[in-house]
Amino acid sequence: MSTPTLPDGLVIVVKHECETCRLVVPVISQLKAGTVPVTVYTQDDPSFPADVSAIHDADLAVSWHNDIETVPTVIKVEHGREVARTFGWVRDEWHALTGRSDLGFDLPAFRPGCGSLSVDPDLVDALRARFGGSVLSARRVETAAAEDEFEAMFDRGWTDGLPVVPPTEERVLRMLTGTTRAPSDVVAVVPPDLVDVTVEKIAINAVMAGCKPEYLPWVIAGVEAVCNDTFNIHGVLATTMPVGPVIVCNGPGTRAIGMNSGMNVFGQGNRANLTIGRAVQLIIRNVGGGRPGEVDRATHGNPGKISFCFAEDELGSPWTSLAESRGVAPGRNAITVFPGEGPRCVVDQQARDPESLCNTFAACLRTLHNPKLVLAFDAIIVMGPEHSRVFAEAGWNREKVLDEIHARLQLPGSELIRGANGIAEGVPAHLKDATLPKFRPGGLLLVHAGGGAGLFSAIIGGWANGDVGSQPVTREVTT
Amino acid sequence: MTTLLDPTNERRVQTMERVGRPESLNGLVVGLLDISKPRGDVFLDRLEQRLSEMGADVRRFKKPTFTKPAPVDLRHEIATQCQVVIEALAD
Repeated sequence: MSTPTLPDGLVIVVKHECETCRLVVPVISQLKAGTVPVTVYTQDDPSFPADVSAIHDADLAVSWHNDIETVPTVIKVEHGREVARTFGWVRDEWHALTGRSDLGFDLPAFRPGCGSLSVDPDLVDALRARFGGSVLSARRVETAAAEDEFEAMFDRGWTDGLPVVPPTEERVLRMLTGTTRAPSDVVAVVPPDLVDVTVEKIAINAVMAGCKPEYLPWVIAGVEAVCNDTFNIHGVLATTMPVGPVIVCNGPGTRAIGMNSGMNVFGQGNRANLTIGRAVQLIIRNVGGGRPGEVDRATHGNPGKISFCFAEDELGSPWTSLAESRGVAPGRNAITVFPGEGPRCVVDQQARDPESLCNTFAACLRTLHNPKLVLAFDAIIVMGPEHSRVFAEAGWNREKVLDEIHARLQLPGSELIRGANGIAEGVPAHLKDATLPKFRPGGLLLVHAGGGAGLFSAIIGGWANGDVGSQPVTREVTT
Repeated sequence: MTTLLDPTNERRVQTMERVGRPESLNGLVVGLLDISKPRGDVFLDRLEQRLSEMGADVRRFKKPTFTKPAPVDLRHEIATQCQVVIEALAD
């Protein structure tokens, strides 16, 4: 739909419902009687203003295309182009814009305007679809009148096993208001089919996942973070191991969008946590073509492959954030993606001193995947507040905590070689005299999250690490 | 009726015809692709021995890591050198 051209002279947009618009009717009449052409558009009542002939902006096209946010708005037009505008009733501004200094002296000097119908929350989505829908290039799929659209989306294979929100033009355009990026921008190449994914396709899948527009930048950053050779989402998807992308969110934006970093942090009940991770996984499925039983060959998988996304509790943490420890400037929004299995609990309710608590973490971490396998897998420690307090009271910083845990995980090869302790799995026999660390340098990530009560923490085990597998990736989140 | 936006890649899959199965491997170049999973080489060593006995000209190839697709140069090398390929999948 082309943008309507405004007539030269003065253009005034009003609605009857607005008290300020009714207040300025005598001024509009004065202007109409002058030499400059005046065109009045009325948004609601075609007979308003009563004494002035007005054009009914019934479909709000004029208001929409001219970004009218407040009524009354006065626009000065020369040769078809806007050269000035004012809104509400500000006498001095009306005088300056119209070149008339005799207007409205019997009115107060200032009255604020009212919201334009074209930005009415009840109407704006439909208007955006009507006038802005052409920016969307995705194929339109029509469901039959008698067809249940939720069932139709299951039938088409678009869901992760749970119902999804129907991605209508209105919803997708509203989702796109969450980013400044153009719908046609290519964000990444998505494995396994290696397909370009645009901001528009991400927005469609974000709608389906149940995201709000303000989550969209986090979803875009998530897609960027996993779709590269470093994170290797192809391998994370295809592996028989039970891993998926775990998304750890940092920065003030996590609080602005209401993410959970506290009680039940990995659990149900928080829309942002659950839908951001879900959107990323839906994009791998729908755009990348990565589906269970096809390229996804997981032996067991894990429930987090639907969504595993949470925020770090930065305000309650005694330490710098995960993102800062990975090079992001303080106060910036960022995500870190990690190829992780489901979380397991670390219980130590007797912990009062940091050495003892480190012994517990080391003993639990040693069992990761197999107590006799070393160096091949990374892990995230998600430290609960009652555990972190023990370290904080002893004055241990993030590096000290990790160094002490690493120091306790230097393991004798004789315990790790194949066959030792009656277990066939293990490292090759020639390593029997070596001392081997459970984790490679940097292979332990530390995040602070969880509820305030409970001397518990969590471990999220990783997948084949390094260049042969996947590396954690941290990305700033930008709008 | 509801109009939905397609969330998929809207890809149209191209079907390609397979090369015909050879009557015999005698004299053919057979590529063995090791995907770098542990002990895949044990399997391929045995295959190489058996195929050589059958008169095949066996060439060995190896992916850098089992977690990622074969690099395009490796795929090109195999495609231009071999008439038959056997890929050893683990697990």
